[in-house]
Amino acid sequence: MPQTDTAVRWYLPVLSLWRREVVRFLRQRSRVVGALGTPIVFWVLIGSGIGRSFRYGAPDGANGMDYLEYSFPGMTVLIVLFTAVISMISIIEDRREGFMQAVLAAPLARSSIVFGKLLGSTTLAVGQAALFLALAPLAGVTLSLGSIAASLFILFVLGIDLCGLGFCIAWSMDSTQGFHAIINLFLIPMWLLSGALFPPDGAFRWLAWAMMANPLTYGVTALRHALYWNTDAALVLAPSMPVSVAITIGFAVVMAALAARLVERKG
Amino acid sequence: MGDEPIVQTADLSHRFGNRVALDKVNLAVAPGLIFALLGPNGSGKTTLFRILTTLLQPQKGMATVGGADVFAERALVRRRLGIVFQHPSLDKKLSVRENILLQGSLYGLSGPRLKSIGRELLYRFGLLDRAGDRVETLSGGLQRRVELAKCLLHRPQVVVLDEPSTGLDPGARADLMQMLRELRNEDGVTCLLTTHLMEEAEKCDRVAVFDRGRLIACDSPAILKSTLGGEVITVRAKNADHFAEAVRRRLSVGATVADGVVYIDSDKGHEFVSTLVSMFRDEIESVTVGRPTLDDVFLHLTGHRLWDGAPGKEGSHATN
Repeated sequence: MPQTDTAVRWYLPVLSLWRREVVRFLRQRSRVVGALGTPIVFWVLIGSGIGRSFRYGAPDGANGMDYLEYSFPGMTVLIVLFTAVISMISIIEDRREGFMQAVLAAPLARSSIVFGKLLGSTTLAVGQAALFLALAPLAGVTLSLGSIAASLFILFVLGIDLCGLGFCIAWSMDSTQGFHAIINLFLIPMWLLSGALFPPDGAFRWLAWAMMANPLTYGVTALRHALYWNTDAALVLAPSMPVSVAITIGFAVVMAALAARLVERKG
Repeated sequence: MGDEPIVQTADLSHRFGNRVALDKVNLAVAPGLIFALLGPNGSGKTTLFRILTTLLQPQKGMATVGGADVFAERALVRRRLGIVFQHPSLDKKLSVRENILLQGSLYGLSGPRLKSIGRELLYRFGLLDRAGDRVETLSGGLQRRVELAKCLLHRPQVVVLDEPSTGLDPGARADLMQMLRELRNEDGVTCLLTTHLMEEAEKCDRVAVFDRGRLIACDSPAILKSTLGGEVITVRAKNADHFAEAVRRRLSVGATVADGVVYIDSDKGHEFVSTLVSMFRDEIESVTVGRPTLDDVFLHLTGHRLWDGAPGKEGSHATN
């Protein structure tokens, strides 16, 4: 097969599947409410409820952040997670009785299905998370051009992380039955133990270990580093920026590769 | 290619756990025909559809499309096939045109070439004025047309359709059949469709009859019906089983019981009826004589009706 043909079999489907995700989303406005509304409500209620009874990461021991500010990055990651969950549901439904049947029977490179889907879902995740970032000043986070650019980059990598994980789970499921169990017993705890709602320092030892073993912990921390780009607040964050970013990117590469492998394997 | 079969299987077998879905199926489909795979649910025709469309790897035996193996050369097979699934594979949130363009890109088509092929097909199927409408606003019949149009973008040699008339009203069914005929006549495309509807199979050029994973007959509807002789006699008797047994013993003709009704094959129906009535006057409640239908052929071959709901006779109805 000529080289150009192979390229065409890869990038054309990727581009059109990517575009499809975005167009579909824009035509179903109610999805915005689900993926963006829930984290906003959680953030306002939990953040205001716990409020000032919580202090974290004071560089000089006095002016630490309150809970509204502490939980802000984690809630941004929750938006990405919800987008990944919705994308998982559509994969399962599409494959059995929908659009994906025709895609699977087409002579395209199978990995293009994965990349089209991941890039599409990630675009939606980053777009919605960016809207949420506009609320950062309310949390007490001062955004700069640098912190916005860094945050969008980290959110993109996080999108590949979580949508890739979702893709791998969805591809091995035949129906959406048992789906709630996966969300409630696996994905939500993974998010809870990512430092989104509480830092590892104050947790019991075993839980702190679990948090350090959770790849999403590094994603949330990487986003904190990005939000406090070039400020003193970033200096006290642990793990350090290079470690968090490297692990988050590594997680994305592993998930995308695994998803591609899964799809190639089934004929 | 001449008369080489365009679709062929050799000793194709497949099982799901203990259930045999396909049992040594040897099928040969000549090019340029509308070919029906007829059978009840669970007869194996959907399994065959999935193997031929490269979505299921055959366990034993082989299957080819245009001489290319459905597993070893699946990329080639996929380019030769146009597929219409039982459940619509259209994205309902996208417009007709967007669905067409998206499908084209999956087959490596793009730009002005794709647009002109798409436009031509939409025109041909009378969809041009609906091109900008979202698929979800179209009737079932129109959606099926879009489905057919989109599977023709890459000019396939064979179009495979799984239960294409599911959910269509009689008008839309006739419409679909007409479009398949045009494809056959004008483009020489071979159409292979699965169905459980006798009326649909009757309109095809060839019918392969499946029952419990086996291919039990394959011929034109006319020839299949002529194997039953001239006429089929349907008798309602006081005791159907007893009556059928007596007919078989005393008249040495085939008599089959299904749903309490006795079906007798005869090549000289009317004369035979008078013999029958004079011999079994007290047992017979009613007698009708008719031209055989494919349903009668199915009954003759399998001993049960296509829509025989009786469990135990049909075995598992698990979908495949």
